[in-house]
Amino acid sequence: MLFIVTTYLCLGLLLYFLLGGADFGAGIVELFTSRKNRSRIRTTMYHAIGPIWEANHMWLIIAIVILFVGFPKIYTVMSIYLHIPLMIMLVGIIARGTAFVFRHYDAVKDNMQVLYNSIFEYSSIITPLFLGIIAGSAISGNINPEADKFMEAYVWSWLHWFSVAVGLFTVTLCGFLAAVFLIGEATDVYDKQRFIRKARHFNIAAVICGALVFLAAYKQEIPLLNWLFGNAVSFIALMAATVSLGLLWYLLRKGKSKILRFLAGFQVSMILLAISFSNFPDFIIIKNGTNISLWSSQATASTINALGWALVIGSIFILPALIYLIYSFQKHQINEH
Amino acid sequence: MNDLLAARSQMALSLGFHIIYACIGMVMPFFMAVSHYAWLKTNNGIYKNLTKAWSKGVAIFFATGAVSGTMLSFELGLLWPRFMEHAGPIFGMPFSLEGTAFFIEAIALGFFLYGWDIFNRWFHWFTGVVVGISGLASGILVVAANSWMNSPSGFTFRNGQYLDIDPVKAMFNDAWFTQALHMTIAAFAATGFAVAGVHALMILRRRNIVFHQKAFTIAAIFGTLAALVQPLSGDISAKDVARRQPAKLAAMEAHFETEEAASLVIGGLPDEKNRKVDYAIKIPGLLSFLVHGNFKDEVKGLNDIPVQNHPPVLITHFAFQIMVGLGTFMMLISVIYFLVLWKKREMLFSRWLLTLFVLATPLGFIAIEAGWTVTEVGRQPWIIYGIMSTADAVTPMPGIAISFGFFAAIYLSLSVVVIYLLYRQIKMVPQLYDKPENITNKTI
Repeated sequence: MLFIVTTYLCLGLLLYFLLGGADFGAGIVELFTSRKNRSRIRTTMYHAIGPIWEANHMWLIIAIVILFVGFPKIYTVMSIYLHIPLMIMLVGIIARGTAFVFRHYDAVKDNMQVLYNSIFEYSSIITPLFLGIIAGSAISGNINPEADKFMEAYVWSWLHWFSVAVGLFTVTLCGFLAAVFLIGEATDVYDKQRFIRKARHFNIAAVICGALVFLAAYKQEIPLLNWLFGNAVSFIALMAATVSLGLLWYLLRKGKSKILRFLAGFQVSMILLAISFSNFPDFIIIKNGTNISLWSSQATASTINALGWALVIGSIFILPALIYLIYSFQKHQINEH
Repeated sequence: MNDLLAARSQMALSLGFHIIYACIGMVMPFFMAVSHYAWLKTNNGIYKNLTKAWSKGVAIFFATGAVSGTMLSFELGLLWPRFMEHAGPIFGMPFSLEGTAFFIEAIALGFFLYGWDIFNRWFHWFTGVVVGISGLASGILVVAANSWMNSPSGFTFRNGQYLDIDPVKAMFNDAWFTQALHMTIAAFAATGFAVAGVHALMILRRRNIVFHQKAFTIAAIFGTLAALVQPLSGDISAKDVARRQPAKLAAMEAHFETEEAASLVIGGLPDEKNRKVDYAIKIPGLLSFLVHGNFKDEVKGLNDIPVQNHPPVLITHFAFQIMVGLGTFMMLISVIYFLVLWKKREMLFSRWLLTLFVLATPLGFIAIEAGWTVTEVGRQPWIIYGIMSTADAVTPMPGIAISFGFFAAIYLSLSVVVIYLLYRQIKMVPQLYDKPENITNKTI
């Protein structure tokens, strides 16, 4: 059962990163589009993510519930030492989710839309930025339960070059995922060209931010290179991501949306796999080396069993419905109002 | 403000905010489904418009409820890490099932909101019903988790260790049924009265009368039915609390001394220092009757409970009085409404009756907030009743007061925006839903 629960946890996080990431990215793409084209992007985006957007942040909730039920130590350590970035991320999630609904369901379309839009766009950057900062902090080894000063325990745990670089890298990846996703949703050739251009820009930005992550890791003596090249799985995953990069640029020129989507998702998954495999099953790396791993922090067997069954039974209900939902709206035009 | 008080205030604020959205989000789909059913059966376009208008309300409330719920799943850890470290594996079962229920609700809502004219009409209707049922299931599961804090079970507590964990037993603890029943009925009563009140106001203002009359009737029937049965579930709850948490019951009733033939204290100002209640109405023997079913038996007072385990009496007592008072008032309105419905149908939309409903618009939600205050404040000083104190559970991070202020500002502005949005939705009803054929019916 532990295996099942861990698989769900990893899947939940991966799907949140891919689907939620594309969702955040849509807001980022919107922000980096000239004002006169923004309303077109909004329409495309609404059609693309409207029906499934409620489902997207469910992946995060599932991951969190698995953590606090099955691996309470991980949940509490993160809650205590990453309190501040978690809060900022939450504010981002709230602001973004409500602004998205408000701008659509406000019966009167007037100046309030400007406010909703800017809240939506900026929180679309802040949320993945802090998501990345949190992820970066968890593996940076800067979390220090022995710290007795406020700044050391609660601020320097997450505010450092490495985590910020990972945060920026996350933002660019989200923008990239969204742009690639939107290529297939574009309704005319100009929009399509625009999204292809955006995908290229965000891809370049991601490569630059990725380099920043390496620099920061080098500066803070985080053995990132060793993690990535020290074992076969990470190395192969990283190579696969690099090879697919070349293929991706070639396909971008052709504008083949379906394969592109798959490839972009594949690439991001490979990057996540490369980085998490070498540390697995360690989840949080602690300053003094007493790392918190999935195995060491697991709850008792009865809890893990109950959780595993709940997840399996839940999926039997959820997956067919979710697949049918996505399938239906890929087939039909949205018809609301 | 010390960190413990700030953390408690932030939790109270977040829950207080979430409860309203969650209640509306889980009850309104049923109103929507009834109206939708009426449309499918009668082909009367007004019902279709009403369904669509309500579904927009559901979407707004669902989204706000979803993000505030996401918030809470993090806040449990951010504010109470010591609690979650031990409690998570024990009372997590309902949360993991709630995740499923909530996911299904989100999927069904996607089908419902975006599925007009795409799917088979009855499949589309069914997805709306699924939104309601899964919403209700989520609500019940979350209340089951809360009830575990009042009635911890499914583990053995030995030398500070939580052993022999049985998550299923923890979920079906002694308090889950009474609490879930009381909360579910409360959600229907509060939402029914709130929605009916808004539509009553529109009828009084003579806007789209037929539209609002239909809406009013559906909401009022749900709300009044719930308000009529609520006192029964309240009675079950009170007996249960008296058995499990005598300190909470004593605080609710401001019952300071253990006595036989205990009197029921209505209103009044509890004086915790001198152990008495000033200016209260006392009905001899009634408390014994309500708790034990006869007028003689002994009811445990606060004097038999160690002082360090007393909940705050003033707040718990006041909150309880507000809840019971408002509940009784809503029950009376419901009796009147059913009398009118049964005997004098021509008075169903009379001015005085509608005015009564307009006045009652917020009452159900005030009663819900008061009721949760009773449950949560009445459990203090414990976070897990009899096992872990709230003070031991709070985060070691200082400066929670700042975060409290910050979240207060966020919730306040969100509430303002939601009210503003609903106001605009309602104001736009004539432009959005007035079809020529409806206007002719306007004169009643």
